Amino acid sequence: MFTRGLKRKCVGHEEDMEGALAGLKTVSSYSLQRQSLLDMSLVKLQLCHMLVEPNLCRSVLIANTVRQIQEEMTQDGTWRSVTPQEAGRAPLDRLVSTEILCRSAWEQEGARPAPGLGDGHVQGPVSDLCPVTSAQAPRHPQSGIWELDGPREDRGGFHKSLDQIFETLETKNPGCMEELFSDVDSPYYDLDTVLTGMVGGARPGPCEGLEGLAPATPGPSSSCKSDLGELDHVVEILVET
Amino acid sequence: MGLSAFSKCLPIQEGQPWEMKTPADIISTVEFNHTGELLATGDKGGRVVIFQREPESKNAPHSQGEYDVYSTFQSHEPEFDYLKSLEIEEKINKIKWLPQQNAAHSLLSTNDKTIKLWKITERDKRPEGYNLKDEEGKLKDLSTVTSLQVPVLKPMDLMVEVSPRRIFANGHTYHINSISVNSDCETYMSADDLRINLWHLAITDRSFNIVDIKPANMEDLTEVITASEFHPHHCNLFVYSSSKGSLRLCDMRAAALCDKHSKLFEEPEDPSNRSFFSEIISSVSDVKFSHSGRYMLTRDYLTVKVWDLNMEARPIETYQVHDYLRSKLCSLYENDCIFDKFECAWNGSDSVIMTGAYNNFFRMFDRNTKRDVTLEASRESSKPRAVLKPRRVCVGGKRRRDDISVDSLDFTKKILHTAWHPAENIIAIAATNNLYIFQDKVNSEMH
Repeated sequence: MFTRGLKRKCVGHEEDMEGALAGLKTVSSYSLQRQSLLDMSLVKLQLCHMLVEPNLCRSVLIANTVRQIQEEMTQDGTWRSVTPQEAGRAPLDRLVSTEILCRSAWEQEGARPAPGLGDGHVQGPVSDLCPVTSAQAPRHPQSGIWELDGPREDRGGFHKSLDQIFETLETKNPGCMEELFSDVDSPYYDLDTVLTGMVGGARPGPCEGLEGLAPATPGPSSSCKSDLGELDHVVEILVET
Repeated sequence: MGLSAFSKCLPIQEGQPWEMKTPADIISTVEFNHTGELLATGDKGGRVVIFQREPESKNAPHSQGEYDVYSTFQSHEPEFDYLKSLEIEEKINKIKWLPQQNAAHSLLSTNDKTIKLWKITERDKRPEGYNLKDEEGKLKDLSTVTSLQVPVLKPMDLMVEVSPRRIFANGHTYHINSISVNSDCETYMSADDLRINLWHLAITDRSFNIVDIKPANMEDLTEVITASEFHPHHCNLFVYSSSKGSLRLCDMRAAALCDKHSKLFEEPEDPSNRSFFSEIISSVSDVKFSHSGRYMLTRDYLTVKVWDLNMEARPIETYQVHDYLRSKLCSLYENDCIFDKFECAWNGSDSVIMTGAYNNFFRMFDRNTKRDVTLEASRESSKPRAVLKPRRVCVGGKRRRDDISVDSLDFTKKILHTAWHPAENIIAIAATNNLYIFQDKVNSEMH
C-alpha cells in the first residue's frame, strides 16, 4: 500500500494516491519528502566536493537549503543528526510526490496529497540514476520508507560536516575529500564514484553529460579518465548485484 | 511596435543556422557590438567567432543584412593550476565590446580566471613597389635597379587580424561571472563569486578591489555575487546581484571599497509562496541596465523583473517566464536544472525585454502593451523566409493542436544566452551549439 502510493506515476494515477495517503499520512509524508530532500542535498554537496572545481554559487545555495531543512526539523523536534553515510544510501524511490515539498509549509496541514510524480518525463539524470541506486537498495533493507524514526548513529553532528565541506571547498584538493569521509566504508564510496562519473568529472554542469551511464563528454579534464574506467567497472558490479 | 512585429520574425540566414564546427562546442556567450555591425560568440572550447553584417545590396534583396563569419580565433586555452591541482576551463564566460575609437575593433573576453583584450584589425591594402626587394620579398640584384620608385599601397583581399593586446591575469581566486566596460572607456570591472575588481584597460599588473563579500570565516558564507554591470552613463555607479535575489547599487565616489551599498533593491518574500526552493529560485542570474540608464532588468529562475533605480522596495514590473515549472521545482532541483543561469536582454528602445527558457523556447515581453510571446529556435523555424510561429505550453485544461505539455519539455535544450541588436529588431539566440539570428522584416526600425 505504501509502495503503491509513493511510487512515481503519471498524473492518471491520482486516485490511487489519494486512497493510499489518507489524512494522517499526509504529515508523515511531508516529513519523508523533507528527509529525502535533505538526503539529496547532502549527496549533491558531496558531489560538489568531489569534483575538480566546485561551483561556489551552487554549493552555497544547496548548503542554505540544507540549513533551512535542518532549522525546520529542529523546530519540529524531528531533527536527528545525519551522517554522510546514511545520506548516500537513501534509495531513490523515496524521492516521490515531490510537489508536496514545493508548496508552502502552511499548505501541508490537511493538504491533499499531490498527484504522483508527473515529472517522470523531465529530462535529466533522474530516470537514469534509478537503475543504479535501486541496485543499492537491497543492501540496506532497514532504510525503507516506513521506518520513519528508526535509530540512527550519531556521528558527531551535522554542523560539523557542513562546515568542513565549506572549508575544504576553499582549499580544494582531491585529498580533502578523502579526509572528510575517511571513516566511510566502501559501498558508500562506490555510489559516489558512480555519481561522480555520471556528472562528468570536470564540471557540475546541469544536465550536461548526464545522459544515461555513458562516459562523460570528452572535455579537457584528463584527471577523470581513470574515474571513467573505474565507473564502467563499478557499474558492471552494481548491475550484477 | 513591440511584439506584434516579432510575430513576423524571420531567420536572417539563408538556410541553416550557424552551427559550431565541433558539435561539442556549446555557445557560452553572445554579444553585439555598439553599432550592431558585429556579433561575437564565445564557446566552451575557448573560441571566439565574430560575425559581421553584410551591407544590404539591391542586387540580392533577400540577403539583406545577413551576418557572415568575419573572424575566428582561439581566445583561451585550458590551463592547470598546479597549486590547487585544479583545471581551469577555457570556456568563455563573457565577451564585452569596447566602444570603437579608431578603425580597429576591441573586445574583452574572459574565462573563469583570466580576462584578455583582443584587437581586431583589417588589412585590405599592401605596399608594392619596393626598391630593394621584389614581390616575394627577396633582395633584388642591385644592378637591375635603374630608378627609384615610391612604394604604393595596392588593394588586396581583406584579411582580418586578431591579436591579444592585454592579458589581465591573477586577479581572481574564484570564478569570474561577469565583466563590464565603464562608460569612461578607460576602466572595466570583473566580478567573481565573492569579489569585484576594477581594472584600467592599459594596466595588467594591478587591479583595485572594489567589492569584497568574502566572510572572515568561510563557514559563514551564505551569499555570493552572481552578476554585475556598470551604469551606461554614470561612470561612478555600478550594480551587482546576489544569490539571495538582492541588487546593490554602489557609488565609487563614496569609498574605495564599495562594500557598503548606496542602494539595496530587494523584494520582500511572499510568505504564501515560500518553500525550500524559494531562495534558489530568487537567485538573480543576470542583471542589465536599460539603455536609458533609468531601469534595471533582472532574471531569476522563474521571472524577469524591471526595477526603477529610484525605488528600492520592489520591482516595478514582474513577468512570468515559465510559471508552470513552479510545481516541478523539486525535480528541477534533483536534475540541477534549477541552477541554470538564464540571461536577459533589452531591446534598443527599452520597450521589449527578452529571455530564454527550456525546449529551445525564448520569451519576449512588451512593457507597453503587456503582451508576451513564446518563440522557438529550431531548425524548422529557420527555413528561409519562414515566419516564427508563437508557441504555447499547456498546463492542463484545454489543449490546442500545437501546444506542448509541460511534461514533454526538453530540459536539455535551454536557451541561456540571447542578445538584441542595439538599434534594430535583430536578435541572436544561442541554442546549445547553434546560433540563430532572427530579424523582424516588417518593422526593421525600433520604436
